[in-house]
Amino acid sequence: MSLLEVVDLEAGYGDVLIVRGASIHVEPGEIVTIIGPNGAGKSTLLKAAFGLIDIASGTVRFKEQDVTRMPAHRLVEMGAAFVPQTDNVFPRLSIRENLEMGAFRRKGGTTERIEELLGRFPDLGSRPGEQAGRLSGGQRQTLAMCRALMLDPSLLLVDEPTAALSPAARQDLFRQIQSIRDSGVAILMVEQNAREALEISDRGYVLVNGAVALEDRAEAMLTNEDIGRMFLGRSEVTG
Amino acid sequence: MDFVQLIIIGIVVGSVVGLGAMGLTLTFGILKFANFAHGDMMTLGMFTAFAVLGVVRGPTLEPFSIPAGLILAVLVAGSAVALLAASLDRLIYRRLRRRGSALITMAIASLGIAIMTRAVVQLIWGPLPKRYSGGINPSWSIGELRVKPDQLLIVGLTLVLAVVLYLLLYRTKLGKAMRATADNAQLADVAGIDTERIRQATWAIAGFLIAAAGVMFALQAQLRYDAGFEFLLPMFAAVILGGIGNPWGALAGGLIVGISQETSTYWIPSGFKAGIPFVLLIAMLIARPRGLFGSTF
Amino acid sequence: MLEAIMGLAMSLGDPTFLVTFQGAVNWSVGFLTTVAIFAIVVLGLNVQWGYTGILNFGVVAFFMVGAYTSALLTLGPATGFNAYILGLDLPVLVGWLGAALAGALLALLVGLPTLRLRLDFLAIATIGIAEILRTFARSGNGLVNRNEGLNGIPGFLAGTVDRGDYKWLLLAIALASLLLVYLLVRAATESPWGRVLRAIRDNEATAQAAGKRTTVYRLQAFVLGGAIMGFAGALYAHRIGAISPPGFTDLFGTFLPYTMLIVGGAGNHRGVILGSLVVGFFWFGTPLVQESLPDAIGTNVFVWRQFFVGLLVVMFILWLPKGLIAEEARVSRFLPRVAGGPSLRARITGRFRAE
Repeated sequence: MSLLEVVDLEAGYGDVLIVRGASIHVEPGEIVTIIGPNGAGKSTLLKAAFGLIDIASGTVRFKEQDVTRMPAHRLVEMGAAFVPQTDNVFPRLSIRENLEMGAFRRKGGTTERIEELLGRFPDLGSRPGEQAGRLSGGQRQTLAMCRALMLDPSLLLVDEPTAALSPAARQDLFRQIQSIRDSGVAILMVEQNAREALEISDRGYVLVNGAVALEDRAEAMLTNEDIGRMFLGRSEVTG
Repeated sequence: MDFVQLIIIGIVVGSVVGLGAMGLTLTFGILKFANFAHGDMMTLGMFTAFAVLGVVRGPTLEPFSIPAGLILAVLVAGSAVALLAASLDRLIYRRLRRRGSALITMAIASLGIAIMTRAVVQLIWGPLPKRYSGGINPSWSIGELRVKPDQLLIVGLTLVLAVVLYLLLYRTKLGKAMRATADNAQLADVAGIDTERIRQATWAIAGFLIAAAGVMFALQAQLRYDAGFEFLLPMFAAVILGGIGNPWGALAGGLIVGISQETSTYWIPSGFKAGIPFVLLIAMLIARPRGLFGSTF
Repeated sequence: MLEAIMGLAMSLGDPTFLVTFQGAVNWSVGFLTTVAIFAIVVLGLNVQWGYTGILNFGVVAFFMVGAYTSALLTLGPATGFNAYILGLDLPVLVGWLGAALAGALLALLVGLPTLRLRLDFLAIATIGIAEILRTFARSGNGLVNRNEGLNGIPGFLAGTVDRGDYKWLLLAIALASLLLVYLLVRAATESPWGRVLRAIRDNEATAQAAGKRTTVYRLQAFVLGGAIMGFAGALYAHRIGAISPPGFTDLFGTFLPYTMLIVGGAGNHRGVILGSLVVGFFWFGTPLVQESLPDAIGTNVFVWRQFFVGLLVVMFILWLPKGLIAEEARVSRFLPRVAGGPSLRARITGRFRAE
């Protein structure tokens, strides 16, 4: 059974359709990456699946339940979480308070969960009272993901997590994403750094013009010549 | 009048302005629009307390001039205005939010609500001024200076409410969620915070504070149906001085407004002191539009 | 109260006056003159709010400045117990010009520090100007004659017709002025300049990206609107002949024009003139039927109509946000008209941005 199933989704802003009939699915415990050219509708697809954008037609199912057009906070209750690309922490709240906000709907065990996450990510754990607005880009991304993990979700939607990061911070973040998956959380991610993202992924989608142009296993995509030429940089294509 | 005496009066006036401005800055920070009905909610608060005093009066609480019933009256007026403010959000502002109306449209709606509220006050209590008590409140002398116990009560209550508000915003889950919503409402939604409930709570808190400010004002002056509206500009000046969304800044801003307004009469005719908040506001917008203390909570 | 002076003074005491033909004519002439002056104010407001999205909550201040300026320029020097500045005995037309300039100047003074910032800062700054001007007028010794106000303001072309017929001339002057202002604002808002204003209102970022200095355009629109309001104030002063600070209330001079604008349909000149007529009829007409209303309402008719005007604004914003006549949405006069209004979404702030 699929954890998340998006079928023939059409979504956009006002009268402008950006996602035009896209279908994707995510299985429990896997990392799935969506790549594609700018303006293909990758982020819009992610936001629409999470109920943040008007859906024109199509269905979204999460844990076998129809969640199409369901408000975000209901999805959060059901065990999905979303990490926006930008503005993804509360800048004037401390690190600890940011995590508390992630647990707004949690019944009990909040303090333990915060300690657990602070222990797992020492960058944050070393100064839990710091205002989130003072953190570096990479630390913010980490905090944003920890905030999303506060309710023990089974699915994490991540929108271009490495967009503003240095190559070193990017490596760290991808490692963190892998470790999150290893703890049993499925991850659906939109990424511009296609090669690095696919290297840690199980499967991938290429989204073009709001529709899925190709779906494959990640290692197959890494060796696909067309994809290599278009999204991975030709010179890097091997074999 | 002696300059130091003017400062004392300024602190009293500034406390009332600051108390009202704390609520105004909360709604500004979280709802994101300027609520022009805030002044008339103040009027409604002071008159509701007047109505309660008509039923429950009790003995005068020495050394203040206030009757014991005023304690109940503050609580009733505060709750009533809190309830009204939250209901208006439900009836009007939430509809506009869902429709994606411009924030400035909500500001116009709030002016409509202000006009209606003022009309309601006149319909219920008539056009004539009222008073809480006929008694006078003899001053205490400290050297050359004179301070009325009532004035100390106004400053004291403002400080107590400011501390309560601090504890609420920094020590409770609701308060932290309010700060989070002010920071980034979309992220708060995504994180699973029921931001609509947070907005209602914000209205209620602002309503309670402004009603209390209204009662404090009426301890020193007559109740008039347009009294609150005249506080609107000083309160906004305090909000801008302190930085939008910053309650402590608003309190400090209120004190600055009150003190400069009263001490200005040392140099200029008192008829012109109403212009001082405006001058402060414009000077602030020119020099530091983000406020003296920034919009940090 | 101002409204008691305006047009209705002669009628309120006598409920039977409408029964006579002459009474009805008198009331209608006075009413239409008042509505025409209000419509000019509302056209000025339409340039500011309807076209540019500038929220000016101090309309009555511009109106008052215009009224006082024109009066001070056209009155003779102060005599007896009166004490005011100027008193230059200039022709009325010069006074009107001065009034427009004074309105423009006030707009410049308020707009310069505030218009480069968030739009609600201007609304906040303007909410207090009227009260301050009233206070200054009341308290300033030798400034504008304090609470006694200015009296004996000369009427325009007053000596040219019979006293009994002058009301017709006043109506003609007011209607001609309205037509003039209407043609002026229509020309301005349909020009390329007007298109930039709408572009700024609907999507400031895009207008900026197109290289438009949005603050300058906003300031120009604000000043034009202020000049028009000042001119309307002058028309008013010369019509009633006597002005004083308590007459310029926020309710009457700021909120009523907003109601007319919102009811008529912001951004549409003909719509807001219709709005002035409809809301004006409600506002000035209710006292006429006071006698036939139930006692509970009749004794408080002035307060009840205030309540209903507030309610009207809220209801229109909720259920008929485009007003009676919606703004025509069009890209250019050379392109076919588009159905529906301009994109409200363009004004949404704080939503997730599109990719």
